[in-house]
Amino acid sequence: MIYLDYNATTPLDGRVLDKMMPYLRDYYGNPSAIYKIAKKPKEAIAWACDNIAELISSSPAELIFTSGGTESNNTALFGVAFSHKDKGKHIIISKIEHSAILEPAKFLEELGFKVTYIDVDNYGVIELNRLRDSICEDTVLVSVMYANNEVGTVQPIKEISDICRQHGVYFHVDAVAAVGKLDINVKELGIDLLSISAHKFYGPKGVGVLYVGEAVALSSFIRGGHQQDGRRAGTENVAGIVGLGQAAKIALEESARDSKRIVGLRDKLEEGIKKKISDVKVNGHPLKRLYNTCNIYINHVESESVLMNLDLEEICASAGSACATGNTNPSHVLLAMGISSVAARGSIRFSLGKFTKDQDIDRVLDVLPGIVKKLRQMSPL
Amino acid sequence: MSNTYTDQVLEHFKNPRNLGKMQDPDGVGKIGSPECGDVVWVYIKVVDNVIVDCKFQTLGCAAAIASSSMLTEIVKGKTIEEALAVTNNDVVKELGGLPNKKMHCSLLAEDGIKEAIKDYRIRHNKNM
Ligand SMILES: Cc1ncc(COP(=O)(O)O)c(C=O)c1O
Ligand code: FES
Repeated sequence: MIYLDYNATTPLDGRVLDKMMPYLRDYYGNPSAIYKIAKKPKEAIAWACDNIAELISSSPAELIFTSGGTESNNTALFGVAFSHKDKGKHIIISKIEHSAILEPAKFLEELGFKVTYIDVDNYGVIELNRLRDSICEDTVLVSVMYANNEVGTVQPIKEISDICRQHGVYFHVDAVAAVGKLDINVKELGIDLLSISAHKFYGPKGVGVLYVGEAVALSSFIRGGHQQDGRRAGTENVAGIVGLGQAAKIALEESARDSKRIVGLRDKLEEGIKKKISDVKVNGHPLKRLYNTCNIYINHVESESVLMNLDLEEICASAGSACATGNTNPSHVLLAMGISSVAARGSIRFSLGKFTKDQDIDRVLDVLPGIVKKLRQMSPL
Repeated sequence: MSNTYTDQVLEHFKNPRNLGKMQDPDGVGKIGSPECGDVVWVYIKVVDNVIVDCKFQTLGCAAAIASSSMLTEIVKGKTIEEALAVTNNDVVKELGGLPNKKMHCSLLAEDGIKEAIKDYRIRHNKNM
């Protein structure tokens, strides 16, 4: 099996699993309890917190553990919107956000907030002028993703944060697709809130972090017990948090090295497809792009048919967001980039990772041209 | 994806029946889905009011390919009137079902044969 869908999720690093196991098997004590067996889990959470803080250059106290990227995003949007509703009820997001931003934003609209959706250019880069012009008295939050999970385009985060600073508006970044791949320093970048998900960088599913800068007032989203200083109630997912901490440690030590190899494989894949298949076009920014992502439009084929043929060859790829699978609507990201709905339906995404091998790419380049040829022969057009 | 489709759908997707352009057809139905833009063309050959051959071409999803493939099998040997009575539900039934979001794909097949028969009648001056 050849797995090329790392933007959907990644396999667990063996070292992450090893680190988690004792917390699943032996150290079951509730970290909030006072007796001795609660000590190990409590310390493990602090250890994980330190690693993640180091990864994004925050302080450990600024991190809230959540159930993943979706909860982090929901917490950021609702938390800021509700805490600051007396100041204003306007938030700004981009048109290419993940559904874990779009849907909470839509819900805020139902609750009477106003949401502005900023356009992107043909590469998927946010229009900074539009952003600047959209900020008004009422604006409390701007939320823009660090890198797009479908096409990989990386946003000008520092420029956006400068604009937010000038206007005294909070800046949230959905960095789920970028953390573990790119160097992120929340302080230098002037980010107020940032979402992280463990399963996108070789950690377990169902655990994430929301970074909340110490100056940010945020109303709690999940309410209940006093865990995490009441900022996020619920007994901590100790093993998951430890796994996330280990994944962060590994990313710190190894991701720069891995990235060099992965970008080589991605470029080889892309060049190979362009050479072997006619009428193809890469979606996303040619340079400012995640090094592992290749989103490509293949004229005169439909993506699902391509993906199912790849699946028959034991190759896993996707057509953008995993959440959109089985959906007949073309990708909102590609449409926002000005790509026609026909071209969007003919686009597929390969996302590589640290377990991708050179032979994997050779194999894709071996079988994909045949699949495309077969499907084009089936087409009446 | 593969894991949401029945074995029959996968079988027709892998080995489509009656695939390809037909030389000198008596009628062609060209359908584009308003929902997703996918395209199906259905070709028929008619002798003495019976569909003696039926072929298809599709630019579309797996469900569209499997539905049109199954349709050609269903209508072959049927009279024009019998073929007109075939609905997308007949196709779906033979395929062992389709996911909800994929029901419109089977409509392409039904509309394809209806259009092909319409085209045949126009070409051959038959009354509707
Ligand atoms: C950009 C982005 N944001 C948010 C999410 C949601 O994260 P999670 O699956 O951890 O809830 C994902 C992935 O699913 C993503 O790619
Ligand atoms: S024909 Fe539209 S998704 Fe299948």
